[in-house]
Amino acid sequence: MSTSKVVTPTPRKNFLVRFFMQNTSGEGTGRDLPLWKQLLLQLLTLIIAAEVMFPIMYIITLSLSSKSQRPTSLELFPQEFSLVAFQQVLDRPTANPVTFIELLKNSFVLSVGVGLASLLVAVTAAYAFSRFKFKLRQVLMIMVFIPLLMPTIGLSAALFLMMNSVRLYECTGGAIALEPFFSCAAGGAVVFNLRDSLLGVGIAMISGALPFAVWNLKGYLDTIPEELEEAAAIDGASPNQVFWKIVLPLAAPQLAVTFFLGFMGHWQEFAMPWLFLTQPKDYTLAMTLYNMTGQYANAIPWNRFAAMAIIVALPVAVIYIALQKQIVSGLTLGGVKG
Amino acid sequence: MATTTMTTKMKVGSKRRQAMLPYLYLLPAFLVMGFITFYPLLYQLVLSFTNFETRHLLLGLKSPDLENVGLQNYIDIITGGLPVQNFEFFRVLTYNLWWAVTNVMLHVPAGVLIAVLLNVRGLWFKRIYRAIYILPVVIPPLVVATVWRNIFDEQYGAMNQMLTFFATAFGGDPVRIRWLFEYTPPIAWLLPTGALPLAYYAMMIANFWLGWPFMTLVSTGALQSIPGDLYEAASIDGASPNQQFWRITVPLLRPAMVPAAIYGFTLSFNLFNFVYFMTQGGPARSTEILITFAYDLVRNLRLYGVAAAFAVIVFFVALTIFLITNRITRATESYVEA
Repeated sequence: MSTSKVVTPTPRKNFLVRFFMQNTSGEGTGRDLPLWKQLLLQLLTLIIAAEVMFPIMYIITLSLSSKSQRPTSLELFPQEFSLVAFQQVLDRPTANPVTFIELLKNSFVLSVGVGLASLLVAVTAAYAFSRFKFKLRQVLMIMVFIPLLMPTIGLSAALFLMMNSVRLYECTGGAIALEPFFSCAAGGAVVFNLRDSLLGVGIAMISGALPFAVWNLKGYLDTIPEELEEAAAIDGASPNQVFWKIVLPLAAPQLAVTFFLGFMGHWQEFAMPWLFLTQPKDYTLAMTLYNMTGQYANAIPWNRFAAMAIIVALPVAVIYIALQKQIVSGLTLGGVKG
Repeated sequence: MATTTMTTKMKVGSKRRQAMLPYLYLLPAFLVMGFITFYPLLYQLVLSFTNFETRHLLLGLKSPDLENVGLQNYIDIITGGLPVQNFEFFRVLTYNLWWAVTNVMLHVPAGVLIAVLLNVRGLWFKRIYRAIYILPVVIPPLVVATVWRNIFDEQYGAMNQMLTFFATAFGGDPVRIRWLFEYTPPIAWLLPTGALPLAYYAMMIANFWLGWPFMTLVSTGALQSIPGDLYEAASIDGASPNQQFWRITVPLLRPAMVPAAIYGFTLSFNLFNFVYFMTQGGPARSTEILITFAYDLVRNLRLYGVAAAFAVIVFFVALTIFLITNRITRATESYVEA
């Protein structure tokens, strides 16, 4: 951009081009939109809104239907307002003996646990990558970030076998043995298999959550001006004090956003739990949702599926919309510099 | 450089402790990743040279009849020697890259244009539209895929019903397109390694719905950080709206959109949930991506040795992509180098 005057009058573009080329900063002074332009824009935004709402209205309509059969015609507005599906889902979410509350609890424990654990471990690593210059930095960072490109599902076979080998035995003598470190002399019964527990799935899921948390936090830490830390260092604060007393409080909003993004991902995760867990008492909401979708669309209890979908999606949707601003700035900062 | 100024100020502590500090901060993350990422990766590597199958699950690597097959698994994957029909590695890889690239190429411009539209000064109901447009981001991919699968259903799907409505209005026959199952590609020459089936286009439509809102989210954030004075100064200098868009908006959006595009690329490249639910990689594995095939190897075919070799190959594909994208975003550079 130069400050030189552009003398040649530019030819008038057609109105569509001009419309997209205008000042888009959304601030500053200027006259209001002329009405015809406003209406044209409203039409466009409404069409886009309709495109977005189309599948969503479809789900809402289904969930408010009392019939579980597959809809044969396209209905985008509820014909009836029956809460039967919601009631059924809350009452008896699956054919298995597990209550809705238990599913909710499992989902919650799993996603909060994975989110928090990965955040705790990630924050110091993100700080190290953002602020220190050391020999193996580049190599170590690549090691941390590659799993971002390789979903945990790719490691699922190894994780499965690994977790599967950690078992707690109750030996015939009454002692307890933890495989693979100890084993019973005279055989015994398995009382706990890490693979078949929420703890095991959680540990496996952290392997996907951790790199994302490091990446997201590092990007934010990069934007915190260093002067503050330097000032603290001049005042005699040790690097550890700088980290705990200065950087961590400043990074609090981003910690919250990173936690929430992790939470959301794991709240919806079903593949890993589905692979690992076998006992209905450990099932999660997302797994139940997956359980309802069979190979054939006719076998899906459509109204209950839709009701469950809304129940699973609603909490994260509400938080996401509320945190929209913070999430965006967090994600964009995640990779941007300067 | 900033770090050097910091270290000179922190000379109080011993130099060696200073050098160890970054590694100390990295320790928790690497300890955790050692167990759940690097160890499984190594385990995969060991497994990938064996004929590990279901019958070895009980005893794991200690099974007496576990054979070392050398590079056979790798050779089988690359040359198509697997006991799996319709799988050619390079076709799937090409398709996967094509799938990710075409998605991003649609999502980014659409996202930016819609963000520009939403950012027009004086537009009514902005907040409402923003809240609506974000919805696709928060709905579980499983739900999105199931609903879209139903929309593209041959008999009852909304897409065919809509087309039928128009077709019959012009005196045509009811439309019965087998969106997700038709094998004959509509455009035979498009991809040299194997034509794209109709399902690809159907999935592009569905994933478009899923993908652009995120890009709008990111570019809205970036647009709002462009100061309005810039546009005012430019228009005082006589810059046309066209020039303003290309000289101000586009360059200032770039730092936010490049990482977002790369994030979108990796997301699409590994879009497991969505692809698995739309088509399960079908028809005849023509919409299979690497990660759905990896899952299939573990979950259905239960060829753990082959799955491990496949994961190792995916790892190297991911590494290559990461190194390329890293050059573009410079994500692993430290703050101080910027």
